[in-house]
Amino acid sequence: MTTGTQAPRVIANSYTAGKLPRWTPWAVLAVALVVSLGAAAIMGSPEGEFNWILGIIGGVVLFVFANWLLSRLVEGARQATNRLITSLVTGAFVLALIPLIWLTLTVVVNGLPTFLNGTFLSQSMRNVVGEGGGALHAIVGTLLITGLAAVISIPVGLMTAIYLVEYGTGRLAKGITFFVDVMTGIPSIVAGLATYAVFALIFGEGVRMGFAGSVALSILMIPVVVRSSEEIIRLVPNELREASYALGVPKWRTIAKVVLPTSIAGITTGIMLSISRVIGETAPLLIVAGFTASMNYNPFSERMMSLPVFVYTQYVSPGTDAQFYFDRSWAGALTLILIVALLNAIARIVSHYFSPKTGR
Amino acid sequence: MSKRIEVRDLDVYYGTFRAVEGVTLTIEPRTVTAFIGPSGCGKSTFIRTLNRMHEVIPGARVDGEVLIDGNNLYGPGVDPVLVRRQVGMVFQRPNPFPTMSIRENVLAGVRLNNTRMPKQEADELVEKSLMGANLWNEVKDRLDKPGSGLSGGQQQRLCIARTIAVSPEVILMDEPCSALDPISTLAIEDLIEELKTEYTIVIVTHNMQQASRVSDKTAFFNIEGTGKPGKLIEYDDTTTIFSNPSVKATEDYVSGKFG
Ligand SMILES: Nc1ncnc2c1ncn2[C@@H]1O[C@H](COP(=O)(O)OP(=O)(O)OP(=O)(O)O)[C@@H](O)[C@H]1O
Ligand SMILES: [Mg+2]
Repeated sequence: MTTGTQAPRVIANSYTAGKLPRWTPWAVLAVALVVSLGAAAIMGSPEGEFNWILGIIGGVVLFVFANWLLSRLVEGARQATNRLITSLVTGAFVLALIPLIWLTLTVVVNGLPTFLNGTFLSQSMRNVVGEGGGALHAIVGTLLITGLAAVISIPVGLMTAIYLVEYGTGRLAKGITFFVDVMTGIPSIVAGLATYAVFALIFGEGVRMGFAGSVALSILMIPVVVRSSEEIIRLVPNELREASYALGVPKWRTIAKVVLPTSIAGITTGIMLSISRVIGETAPLLIVAGFTASMNYNPFSERMMSLPVFVYTQYVSPGTDAQFYFDRSWAGALTLILIVALLNAIARIVSHYFSPKTGR
Repeated sequence: MSKRIEVRDLDVYYGTFRAVEGVTLTIEPRTVTAFIGPSGCGKSTFIRTLNRMHEVIPGARVDGEVLIDGNNLYGPGVDPVLVRRQVGMVFQRPNPFPTMSIRENVLAGVRLNNTRMPKQEADELVEKSLMGANLWNEVKDRLDKPGSGLSGGQQQRLCIARTIAVSPEVILMDEPCSALDPISTLAIEDLIEELKTEYTIVIVTHNMQQASRVSDKTAFFNIEGTGKPGKLIEYDDTTTIFSNPSVKATEDYVSGKFG
């Protein structure tokens, strides 16, 4: 054998392609922002001040373009398109997040001091002009009114959904679906007026009570409960129903013990969404529940305050020292957000414990 | 404990579409009967009429008679729920209840029907049913874990345990092994052999060896073409069907010439 030493040959892997390091987009973003903000600082706005918003927007646009171009040159067209779409999707997400964060911050900053002042959560507005006072009457009112609305809407809505999925065929089911869809679009003020009209027929003109508010909210809430529960119940596989029938289990018990437990997580989420939808309603409550500065624990007589109406009245009719009223308005808004967040947390926990379990 | 099934001139419809036509056959108690035939010939459709599961599909209906020990399942005033308590069913795809543990799945037939049962008795039933389904040793340490955490074959045996826990008289199985490995398949075939001493069993299968291994009698269904109804072509002892069938189509099918 006379073979000499062969130079090792480098064989290119045919699957490789140019690849930018992982940190490239961040670096590009940083450079783009610096360049754009710098340009904004030098040029200034027509009024001669530093326009940082324009700088950031320019930086982002520059980044999207530079990132695409760089990738196109190094990695090729397919990767470049991928990066472009990734930038756009991420951008949309951040854009959607901005108002949310901004809103939360504003409410917390403006509302927190009053919220924590000691009297806000423990007193009503009775005989208060100016400083002090609180929203306890509104919190109680909101909880009572929304709670009663939920007590009415959840059974009605859930059973309608069960009817539509499990029993409904033909005209009646189509009719119900149609009316539920129509009801979803009812403006809340119309629900308030309609409820007022009915209650005025029974109790006379000028009637105001918390329960009427619950009824008005139910009109808004039922279609949401029906729609969301219906979608979720439809998702339960037919195989489970058949498995239950094959064991000789009657239909209603199959629904109660197989279908509903399987879909309970989704149903809870839907119900919570519907509550969040109505808990902030102002217009119908303004009409049928009215507003008051005093505590009222009885939803079946007299005016009853609620948080959205509290926020509204504090804002539109500030008394002698307006700032106190505005502060209370913000604190009321913060309370409302906290209640909704709390309800959502509870819903998460509930659905976590009841949802179908997987894994070993 | 087991019952004779007589089917007389049965037509099965989905809406206006006639899926199965003119089936007449008699299934003896304590036997295993296999249904074979090409895909779409109506085996699943037909087997589901034997415990009135067919009618849970909207628009589905049946013409003719199915007698179990002389009682017509489709007679007036018959409660399908009572029928299904006597005639259990195992489906092609394992379908344990996802919200329930292994133990609860076995007890599902009892619990869902709100029958009270002391814990001692329930424990015994769980063990007996899981033993009966050849699953006890694999799951006895994790009875409280979710049933959906088992392998496909284990889930299928869990479904069989769930079915025998309500002690039906007849067990219908629609391709119970089609998603299983050879070992689980053998386990289920052994199980069918044991169950046969107590129950009347009807099984749909695409596996010729399986049909010849487990069944006493075999029914061959066929279909002339798409859109035509499926028909019972030949029904006889399994040995006859596989060695000496009287119809040419049966011979072709079992010898693999078409289908
Ligand atoms: N839910 C249904 N609605 C309408 N037609 C159906 C329905 N289920 C089945 N069919 C039709 O009935 C006929 C018989 O179907 P079936 O499921 O009984 O066949 P099969 O013999 O079990 O087939 P396979 O071996 O593939 O399981 C087919 O033509 C099928 O399209
Ligand atoms: Mg089938």
